[in-house]
Amino acid sequence: MSEPVSALNHAAFDGLVEIEECGLQGMIILRGDLSARAVRSAATGATGAKMPGPREVQTNGAKALCWMSPDELLILCDYSFVAQAIEGMNKALNGVHALAVDMSDARTMFRLTGAAARDVMAKLTPADVSPQALQPGQIRRSRLAQVSAAFWLEDDMTFRVVCFRSVARYTFDLLCTAARPGSDVDYFNAPAAP
Amino acid sequence: MSTRIATHGRLIDRTRRLTFTFNGQDLHGHPGDTLASALLANDRMLVGRSFKYHRPRGIVASGAEEPNALVNLGTGPAFEPNQRTTTTELFDRLQATSQNHWPSLDFDIGAVNTWFSRFLPAGFYYKTFLRPRAFWKHVYEPIIRQSAGLGQVPRERDCDTYEHFNVTTDIVVIGGGIAGLLAARSAAASGARVLVLEQTAHWGGRAPVDGGAVDGQPVGSYIDTLLKQLRAMANVTLRPRCMGAGVYDHGYVLGYERRTDHAPEASGPRHRLWRIRARHVIAATGAIERPLAFAGNDVPGVMLASAMRDYLVDYGVLAGRRVVLATNNDDAYRTAIAMKQAGADVLRILDARDSGGGALMQEARALGIRIDCGRAIGKITGGKRVKKVQICAQNGTGGALEAVACDAVAMSGGWSPVVHLWSHCGGKLIWDDRAALFRPDPDRPPFGADGTGFVSTAGAAHGDLALSAIVRQAHSAGNNAAQAAGYKTKSATAPEAETTREAPLLPVWLMPANANVALRSKAWLDYQNDVKVSDVRLAAREGYESVEHTKRYTTLGMATDQGKLSNINGLATLADALGAAIPAVGTTTFRPPYTPISFGAIAGEARREIFQPLRRTPMHHWHDTHGAVWEPVGHWRRPYTYPRSGESVQDAVAREIRNTRQAVGLLDASTLGKLIVKGPDAGRFLDMLYTNMMSNLKPGRCRYGLMCSENGFLMDDGVVARIDDQTFLCHTTSGGADHIHAHMEEWLQTEWWGWQVYVANATEQYAQIAVVGPKARKLLEKLGGMDLSPDTLPFMAWADGHLGGIKARVYRISFSGELSYEIAVPASQGLALWSALIEAGREFGVMPYGTEALHVMRAEKGFIMIGDETDGTVIPQDLGLNWAISKKKDDYLGKRAQQRAHMTDPDRWKLVGLETTDGSVLPDGAYAVAEGVNANGQRNTQGRVTSTYHSPTLERGIAMGLVLHGPDRMGEVLEFPGTDDKIYHAKIVDPVFYDKEGEKQNV
Amino acid sequence: MLILHCPCCGVYADETELAPGGEAHLTRHGPGSSDEAFTSYLFARKNPRGVHFERWRHAHGCGKWFHAARDTATLEVFGTYSAQTTEPPKAIRDAIAKRRPGWTWRGIA
Repeated sequence: MSEPVSALNHAAFDGLVEIEECGLQGMIILRGDLSARAVRSAATGATGAKMPGPREVQTNGAKALCWMSPDELLILCDYSFVAQAIEGMNKALNGVHALAVDMSDARTMFRLTGAAARDVMAKLTPADVSPQALQPGQIRRSRLAQVSAAFWLEDDMTFRVVCFRSVARYTFDLLCTAARPGSDVDYFNAPAAP
Repeated sequence: MSTRIATHGRLIDRTRRLTFTFNGQDLHGHPGDTLASALLANDRMLVGRSFKYHRPRGIVASGAEEPNALVNLGTGPAFEPNQRTTTTELFDRLQATSQNHWPSLDFDIGAVNTWFSRFLPAGFYYKTFLRPRAFWKHVYEPIIRQSAGLGQVPRERDCDTYEHFNVTTDIVVIGGGIAGLLAARSAAASGARVLVLEQTAHWGGRAPVDGGAVDGQPVGSYIDTLLKQLRAMANVTLRPRCMGAGVYDHGYVLGYERRTDHAPEASGPRHRLWRIRARHVIAATGAIERPLAFAGNDVPGVMLASAMRDYLVDYGVLAGRRVVLATNNDDAYRTAIAMKQAGADVLRILDARDSGGGALMQEARALGIRIDCGRAIGKITGGKRVKKVQICAQNGTGGALEAVACDAVAMSGGWSPVVHLWSHCGGKLIWDDRAALFRPDPDRPPFGADGTGFVSTAGAAHGDLALSAIVRQAHSAGNNAAQAAGYKTKSATAPEAETTREAPLLPVWLMPANANVALRSKAWLDYQNDVKVSDVRLAAREGYESVEHTKRYTTLGMATDQGKLSNINGLATLADALGAAIPAVGTTTFRPPYTPISFGAIAGEARREIFQPLRRTPMHHWHDTHGAVWEPVGHWRRPYTYPRSGESVQDAVAREIRNTRQAVGLLDASTLGKLIVKGPDAGRFLDMLYTNMMSNLKPGRCRYGLMCSENGFLMDDGVVARIDDQTFLCHTTSGGADHIHAHMEEWLQTEWWGWQVYVANATEQYAQIAVVGPKARKLLEKLGGMDLSPDTLPFMAWADGHLGGIKARVYRISFSGELSYEIAVPASQGLALWSALIEAGREFGVMPYGTEALHVMRAEKGFIMIGDETDGTVIPQDLGLNWAISKKKDDYLGKRAQQRAHMTDPDRWKLVGLETTDGSVLPDGAYAVAEGVNANGQRNTQGRVTSTYHSPTLERGIAMGLVLHGPDRMGEVLEFPGTDDKIYHAKIVDPVFYDKEGEKQNV
Repeated sequence: MLILHCPCCGVYADETELAPGGEAHLTRHGPGSSDEAFTSYLFARKNPRGVHFERWRHAHGCGKWFHAARDTATLEVFGTYSAQTTEPPKAIRDAIAKRRPGWTWRGIA
């Protein structure tokens, strides 16, 4: 028996923001008709979180439902809870056309914390990360430099970023480069005028 | 001589002294200086040589339009050529060297070109190097390359870092002069988010130099107030040292921020490229003064009147002690007045207008300056600096009336609005006859996504040159932009500036108007590319009527400054020579960037380790530490082979193959695509995607399948496993996973959207390890946890279970012909399983093998490889794969295409094996020749090699290829000429070289 | 730099998040179709100067395909809409008519 290891095993960096690979994170992809009662109750039942609207993240403690597309949710839970969650959902979805797959190992999650978090993200993504476009509880799928990523704000200073596992190192290096000390932009966190 | 004086210099800090070097000599300046102002302060009038004639050149301008004063900056990994001294902020220990001369700036051999200038006319290169054609590559090109180019190419890798920054905002104001700031204020009052970009380190533009008052305040302090207001607004961002470089479709704007050019010791990226998406763009980019075209207008010491004023007011630098000024407008009088008041001798103002100017002229006269109306400069004498001005009548041919000795000449030919950013995305211009300038036509703006104009102009860029008009127009431009961005404007009264009565400008495109040919051929239009009035006239005589053609023929406006300074002079000269009106000749196209931007800024963070994403499998680190030689497969890196110390790559591959065939080998197959396809219509869907039948596959079983594009061509292959009634797992090639996933989604979303199927790309969820060889089962049994006996898990079956305590799915499939299991485990336990297999396999002689061994072993078995046997023109039928094409299905993607006449042609080349008669290895891609030659005199062909290897198993070269009627020609020997001049002979054989009966994989 | 509104997830997506998919509203011709019809389906594409209908995929975003109606010369976007339709919906056709009276495209107006 061997212990599973996440792609970067909690690698961390401290610069304009703190960056940390979150380690093993339960991630389930649920595809289905998001307006169908069975699909909604499977998702909310597995997490205790409310059903998210378009581009929303609904959390309940360590569990969350992220709206990924009109027929796709990303379900977050403890890594050890994934099999149980999928089993529960499959029961709830009995006879309904839907697909629940464990993607915990296919993806890697990072946490960015600090007042400059929006500035650091804006160096890498073409998506609008201004407070007008992205508030805590809202998710955006876009790209970070040359790879796809999904990200959302936990609070005004904390981003969660999810990318594919194979490019975890690339994404970590990107984020660290963007957060290098001395590369402040002071755009979203502009110091107050004197 | 030019010198620093004790007064003026609003931008410099005289309390600190900076030391810099120019061509190795120590010189001094102050913080706030540009390199240009510091050079002038040290009487460095000669700063470079021209491109073609190597003429001595000095500083002409004070901003981005400077054509002459380009230098090499820095050394070693920080070296950069072609940097404008006028936009280079001085810092301590700056090192600059001049360009375009040999052996030295003062004595330059290349200057002989100026004596031969008669033989270097417009179109010289086209005319001279036309014939003979055979000389193009080896004679002419090296000569031209040797003599072309300004600065040198950097030799070392750039030591600096760069980055991008993405902003979505409402309004971008490009230019932080008074117009830009006013527009920003009125726009921001509406609540719109406003980003203001200013290319220099200072706000306010030239207004503080030109003077005047706004709302009763001196313009300088008015700007300070304005800045204070803007800084207090949370919705306004001001970015100095950030040039608006380009405006693109749908409100995309590039900003080029030079973060540390002025402070190389500072940390962080040197340049930052702002990628801005805005609803509306205001170009408040000002205007550029035009030179006058007179003989010797390029002699060091001749500069724009506005530049002379800038150097005085901004930097306390007097460009000359004894100054002559030539103008066709009133603005230049400001320079004369300022120079006089600063203590210079203003010897003469030559006003080309017979009746002279307005109020400013009176003011100059009152200061005792002599003003000659209807007069012009006939010629400048002096080589490396101005010595004398010959004065003539503007209406004459250049006959000198008198000569005045002086050390500097100021010239003003009027102003050209900087319309570049307006025009980048298609904004049109109108010719303003009265002011003799092209201004933006507000009725024909660049159109955005909603079909309305998304760029407007403010201030001088709009064509308004008087302060009173500028402030009024800029204020309303801001209001209009806010409205265009969807905000309600907060009405505030427009600021008022006092007006100076100015006399109209007289368009002067040549000085004197009827200058003779000797003068015309010394009257420069494009300084940087050495284009003179005579060149443009010659082009017109030779039939060049289009301004775009003339530009390319004469190289007018094609240098690094892109004709900012004097393109208008050039096309007015062309219009004059053609007898056409200026608007009829038109302008050349304005293209971004406004001034050259660094490659580093464009590349951003994408350098070195993060130049491109590298995809790594969970076992990547193990491979790396065990000596893997890498092969790129898409963005993946896969081990090609694992050479041991002292072992060649070839030997390592051979060892890995022999060991796998005789004992057991491990392959990291994690990169294989793994797509989960689920739903009531999954079987039907896969029947459409694969050429063979998938819907009748039994759960627990695997089937090899082929996928074609709608064109009929083979695009991917792989093993499909049926998981349960509604669920399939489709393996794709390593390079094809993302593409095939997208392919599936495309058909589901855009053609068969009623079908109930969901697809998920689970490629990276699993680490997959192929355990291959006669001892594979023994090794897995040692790990324990699953019954892998042939009865329980026969060939082409799969099973779930645990191996060595790790949850695993085992596919019994083979791409090598050996007993083989592919084991998929969660990626987070991939390395654990791999390590366990290496450890447990020691007693069986386990070794990892790489992609080359994989390739050779599959070729030994005659298995095709997507990308080797296929190239986008090959259909499965070409490859003898008819057994994998269902005859029972009415339809699948590619079926109809495969019925087209060309696809059913019996003469299509077909797959065969090839064996050289002497056992050598056929060259990859070699063609089999046939009798006769084609229309081009080349040998006819009848086949080609698609895969070729040395087989360590068979100890000979083996190959596969596509050959005309190949399967019917077994035993025939073909000729394959190599690029090494050898002719290879190979016999057509069955493509399966090894274990033809397939017994080994089925034990 | 095109910026298109993705009707599937609702964001304004920068061109670099999108993948182009060529002309929209093609009718698939499979086995049994004439050579002419099949060739036209496979190869013949409109390349008009002016009103055009295109397929786009929000590749780095929600992954969904959508259709865009735009002017290829001015880059004006008349609207984006669902890919699950065989012809442009009326709202889109009306929006085009407003801006380009008299437009036609493959017999649609």
